Amino acid sequence: MENIRNQTKIFFLRILNIPFAFLMHAIDLIMWPIQKIIGVRNMPYIFLLPNLIFFGLFVIIPLGANFFFSLSSGDELLFAERELPTTKQYDQLFDCESYLNPNTCTEDFFWRGVYNTIFFVVFQVGLMIFFSVLTAVILNKKIIGRGFFRSVFFFPVLLSPVVVGLIWQWILLKNGAFNAIIESYGGDKVSFLTDPSWAMASVIFVSIWAHMGFYTLIVLAGLQAIPPNLYEAAEMDGTSRERIFFRITLPLLMPNLLVVFILASIKGVQTFDEIYVLTGGGPGTSTSLIVQYIFTTGFASSGSVQNFGLAAAASMVLGVVLLFLTLMQLYFSRNKESKHQEI
Amino acid sequence: MSETTSRIIKIATKKRYKNKYHWTDYFSYFYLFLGVLLMFGPVVWLGLSSLKTLAGIQEYPPTILPLSQIQVDVEGYDKPLPIFNVTQEDGSVKQLAQIKRIGINAKMVDPLNPGETVKVPIDKREKIREFKIQWQNYVDPLRKYDFLLYFKNSTFITVVATIITLIINSMAAYALSIYEFRGKNFALVFVIGTLLIPLTIILVPVFYVVANFGMINSLWGVILPGAATPTGVFLLRQYMLTLPRELIEAARMDHASEWAIYWRVVLPLSIPAIAVLAIFSIMWRWNDFLWPLIVLSKSEVYTLQIGLNAFHGELTSQWNYVLSMTMVTLLPIAIIFAYLQKFITTGIASTGMK
Repeated sequence: MENIRNQTKIFFLRILNIPFAFLMHAIDLIMWPIQKIIGVRNMPYIFLLPNLIFFGLFVIIPLGANFFFSLSSGDELLFAERELPTTKQYDQLFDCESYLNPNTCTEDFFWRGVYNTIFFVVFQVGLMIFFSVLTAVILNKKIIGRGFFRSVFFFPVLLSPVVVGLIWQWILLKNGAFNAIIESYGGDKVSFLTDPSWAMASVIFVSIWAHMGFYTLIVLAGLQAIPPNLYEAAEMDGTSRERIFFRITLPLLMPNLLVVFILASIKGVQTFDEIYVLTGGGPGTSTSLIVQYIFTTGFASSGSVQNFGLAAAASMVLGVVLLFLTLMQLYFSRNKESKHQEI
Repeated sequence: MSETTSRIIKIATKKRYKNKYHWTDYFSYFYLFLGVLLMFGPVVWLGLSSLKTLAGIQEYPPTILPLSQIQVDVEGYDKPLPIFNVTQEDGSVKQLAQIKRIGINAKMVDPLNPGETVKVPIDKREKIREFKIQWQNYVDPLRKYDFLLYFKNSTFITVVATIITLIINSMAAYALSIYEFRGKNFALVFVIGTLLIPLTIILVPVFYVVANFGMINSLWGVILPGAATPTGVFLLRQYMLTLPRELIEAARMDHASEWAIYWRVVLPLSIPAIAVLAIFSIMWRWNDFLWPLIVLSKSEVYTLQIGLNAFHGELTSQWNYVLSMTMVTLLPIAIIFAYLQKFITTGIASTGMK
């Protein structure tokens, strides 16, 4: 039986392989003469070429063009019809009487986005790391049904932001399941998504729900890398569990947590889709973050003209923040690797 | 029998600290139970509710199973009326249909005797339910709206983009792992460099490039910008570095062309890494939202995600359709996860990417 199943599997794989092999043979008809002309030594350039063309077209050129857009004014997308050079965009973005009060800024929407993003990232990342570590530590214990629990916590990571947004929008409705549970325990109904003082908390909660599993998995991998003989030694000495956690687990997990922290911050600063589906940035501007500002100014301002320059300038500001975070990540992950090698 | 059972229980409850339950053990199971409820509950709840009638979904407080109130046609009334069990003053129970609710009273009619109406206090009546699965929630939107088209668009983008990503990324990884050539370090730094530049900070200019190619409102405008992924190149390169060089030398001795070495020797040996990248790529593409939202503004090129979002915006009150289509959108990924969960979780844990 097993044999038959394997044979059918191989048979189907062979059939699937036919178009692939055909394509590869066809490409070889072009590659073979090229190799004859330029020689084996130069072949790696040919292999690199397609990927580099894509990177060039969709990453490097756009990066340069972003400077151009942010430093030129006009409503047109075409280069030739934009006026150069101008710092109008940046002037407008940073035109504030007081940076601490978004209401005094010309682009108050942008500054609200900045403050909302800071608030969002601090709480989302902080709470998410706390719960990821808690979950990972529990999943690392010898518990019954570990695999099942691990996939339960991981499952939401695979859901699309639209699905996450819609599920929670529906559950957090005024007449939704959450309020039904609250009322059954004698509480009062809460407008989770339409009350400005609750909306941010709800958005942070949903975002943690959706992404926690990913970080739990990374922390879990870190926990499993801690040498078990340390625990055995501590156990022999009769060390209490609390002490083991704070003196062995946490310090050895630290490098891992640092990477998780930066990774989560990089993602957190760029959050857009779940919130866009969940609240649309509302009520008012209470949950609109920086990317929402870029999207709205550049692509979705209905009625008024799309302001590509302003959106590009805001992207540059976001880019500086992300560059800083990414360099930090590279620095710390390299540090971590070199430490591992020392051990 | 009892001996085996007790032994199983003994094994299952065996602790690191003999015979002693620490408070963290109780806390762990409590936490996990709560976690299952919170993490899995919403999706189960979504699945169950997508089978309810619209009235059943809007009911508050909600019922867990798709139990909808029975409705009957009563002579003289246009709409079917919901029926209730009404406790009457003498204690007997009678089935009455409700015409409308006025404050704390309900105007009701006996379906067998539609001539006269009675007033009943609302706390004296109780809904009569039946277990009824509303398959129409799934059938109607697929028939009335363009969901099949969105499904097709999403599938096209996912499949084509994944194939392109796998081919060009594996080619680059092959060059960066097997060969020594001038400019190799520069190319590596270049690839790392692109890792620093997420799409969110170059939205406007990428839109410009895509517009220049005339790919606005085209599926290719979604597929091409994300086709070359630095994470993919690194993942594959790391794996290809571990392949034995002798195989490649042997193939060269046999006068295989470099391209043939790539697809007949290196690619088949890298299947595990390629499979991980394929799963990631499928996930990225199927769930992608921001970029398609910018590029696709005509409904005939919508992906499932964009279509679902737009659909929800148009029909805010039709939660029965929105819920069923949300189920349709998450199902493919859920099935893939169910089959390949071990693969996915180890892939993420070892690469640290999503």
